[in-house]
Amino acid sequence: MAGIPHDHYEPKTRGEKWLHSRLPIVGLLYDTIMIPTPKNLNWMWIWGIVLTFCLALQIVTGIILAMHYTPHVDLAFASIEHIMRDVNGGHMLRYLHMNGGSLFFLAVYLHIFRGLYYGSYKAPREITWIIGMLIYLLMMGTAFMGYVLPWGQMSFWGATVITGLFGAIPLIGEPIQTWLLGGPAVGNPTLNRFFSLHYLLPFVIAALVAIHIWAFHTTGNNNPTGVEVRRGSKAEAEKDTVPFWPYFVMKDLFALGVILIIFFAVVGFMPNYLGHPDNYIEANPLATPAHIVPEWYFLPFYAILRAFTSDVWVVMFASWITGGIINAKFFGVIAMFGSIIVMFLVPWLDTSRVRSGRYRPMFKWWFALLCLDFVVLTWAGAMPAEPPYSIISLIGATYWFAYYLVILPLLGVLEKPEPQPETIEDDFAAHYGKAGTPAE
Amino acid sequence: MLKKLSLAAVAALTLSGGMALAAEGEGHIEDVAFSFEGPFGTFDQNQLQRGLKVYTQVCASCHGMKYVPLRTLGDEGGPNLPDDQVRAYAERYEVFDPALDDYRPAKPTDHFPEGMDPNAPDLSLMAKKRAGFHGPYGTGLSQLFKGMGGPEYITAILTGYTGEDKMEAGTLFYENTAFPGGWIAMAPPLYGEDVEFDDGAPNDVQSEAEDVAAFLMWAAEPKMMARQHAGLVGVLFLTVLTVLLYLTNKRIWAPIKGRKST
Repeated sequence: MAGIPHDHYEPKTRGEKWLHSRLPIVGLLYDTIMIPTPKNLNWMWIWGIVLTFCLALQIVTGIILAMHYTPHVDLAFASIEHIMRDVNGGHMLRYLHMNGGSLFFLAVYLHIFRGLYYGSYKAPREITWIIGMLIYLLMMGTAFMGYVLPWGQMSFWGATVITGLFGAIPLIGEPIQTWLLGGPAVGNPTLNRFFSLHYLLPFVIAALVAIHIWAFHTTGNNNPTGVEVRRGSKAEAEKDTVPFWPYFVMKDLFALGVILIIFFAVVGFMPNYLGHPDNYIEANPLATPAHIVPEWYFLPFYAILRAFTSDVWVVMFASWITGGIINAKFFGVIAMFGSIIVMFLVPWLDTSRVRSGRYRPMFKWWFALLCLDFVVLTWAGAMPAEPPYSIISLIGATYWFAYYLVILPLLGVLEKPEPQPETIEDDFAAHYGKAGTPAE
Repeated sequence: MLKKLSLAAVAALTLSGGMALAAEGEGHIEDVAFSFEGPFGTFDQNQLQRGLKVYTQVCASCHGMKYVPLRTLGDEGGPNLPDDQVRAYAERYEVFDPALDDYRPAKPTDHFPEGMDPNAPDLSLMAKKRAGFHGPYGTGLSQLFKGMGGPEYITAILTGYTGEDKMEAGTLFYENTAFPGGWIAMAPPLYGEDVEFDDGAPNDVQSEAEDVAAFLMWAAEPKMMARQHAGLVGVLFLTVLTVLLYLTNKRIWAPIKGRKST
């Protein structure tokens, strides 16, 4: 494996040599866990571990829940109550799984925004970024299908609305929707395939996580300065890095501990706070809830979906130029998927030669505005689709696209970056004093 | 900068999570200090037994509770009825047995029967599915800090009748200050002194409403005590572990950061 020079595993005993010449698995694990890691990583670099933990938690609790769950429209809701009432520890398993999803998305958003601020997506880490975005897409699919399984009112109507998005595609939309649902409407075939995929996709995610880690272990971690680790020699690299074990394993575990304290408090004391109470009403295809709202982590994109109504001039223009093929509904669907596609493209949209936002005086403000925009869109997505919320959503959606498509490309040209430290060692020393000269 | 932003984002997301639940046309709900609120709250066994009596003598004439197994009336942390009382209580109900192809008296292993009136919603999860009024202004703060939720809603509905009624499309509606929209199809179920309590507790409308609301909270979330206990144990153990991890981490990094190792 290319990358930062460091010590490699040397088999010593006969047994180790025997195994190593046949399957160098110990070497692989050693290289993975001992990877040289920039020593100046700050607390925003902990989310990877939190996310790994979330994936494991969701898989373990999910597999056990699946042992007691029945994917049938007449039995699913009752089987959840069976888990909550009759299965030993079932209520805890379910609440851990339910809130585990929220923690998963909270962590992934912080992880993504960390990458956006420190330019972690820039060369040579584009593949890491793209794999990460694929993981995020799969997470959204998995979470959406998981939310359908309890077969409550929001499950059913959420599934109806979201699969209806595909129906908005002209000509081929309706056949696609029918194909996805396994019938003309959300029903038993839908529930069965969602259950099957909800079980499958986490393992696809796990595989992509392995590739994600492989990719950034090849390029090395980014760090808050965005300055690369010196890799001329092992001695030089060691001035900028420390091995992942034990330094960052311990740091990350400590951070995970803090987060899990809060997580357990939520699960133990207010497990339904982030959920929608309507999902404790069994699905009823004849009664539409007053407000169909997705889970909180979909709200920003839900707001973008609903922002483009038929009275917005871009929508009217698109409709006129395509002879009505692109209507408001289809435009909203394009906007929603587009808002995620622009994130995929960010490595090529950002033209700045400076990687870290820390040294980009103008970028900082636009980025802060993007974070605010994301929060505002989350809030607007939860509100009814009427003024003033629809206008706020439209402004928010416009800024989201403007940031990626206009501001990032222009900033690289217009902005005069501040000086960056020469090395990671210099940055670290500026914080903690010269390393290697203990103060005792 | 990013750290501050992310903290703000976490706070905002938590709030908007609550906002997602904001309902429109909310009725007026008063906070009730239920014994089970907060991390250390517990169900009041006597109150649950009183609530069961209100449920049995008033609510059950129309409503059902099909997800609640009768045997759980004997559960610790719940109404905690002795076995013989659970068995005697079960026999009040007739359930259809497919094996006999006939009705027979219920056993503790059966569930509460479904309601007689198809228009009366099942009460098994009522306290959880009506927890959605997230005031004030959709922020969810009253739920977060006062523990307002389904039981408060149920209490407010049962005590919120004004005495006015109106005919609409052949149905009689009753004015209710707690019901979204202000008019409810359910006739006032409680008038006070509907039930005589064995423990001599007051049986005015407010007390009866609170008792049955507490009982329905238990019916919707029978494992609440176990869950809060697990949460507390989890938080305590994780705090100890996290302190140890903090100290370990600090010590490991001390030489790297050029500080005196402790």
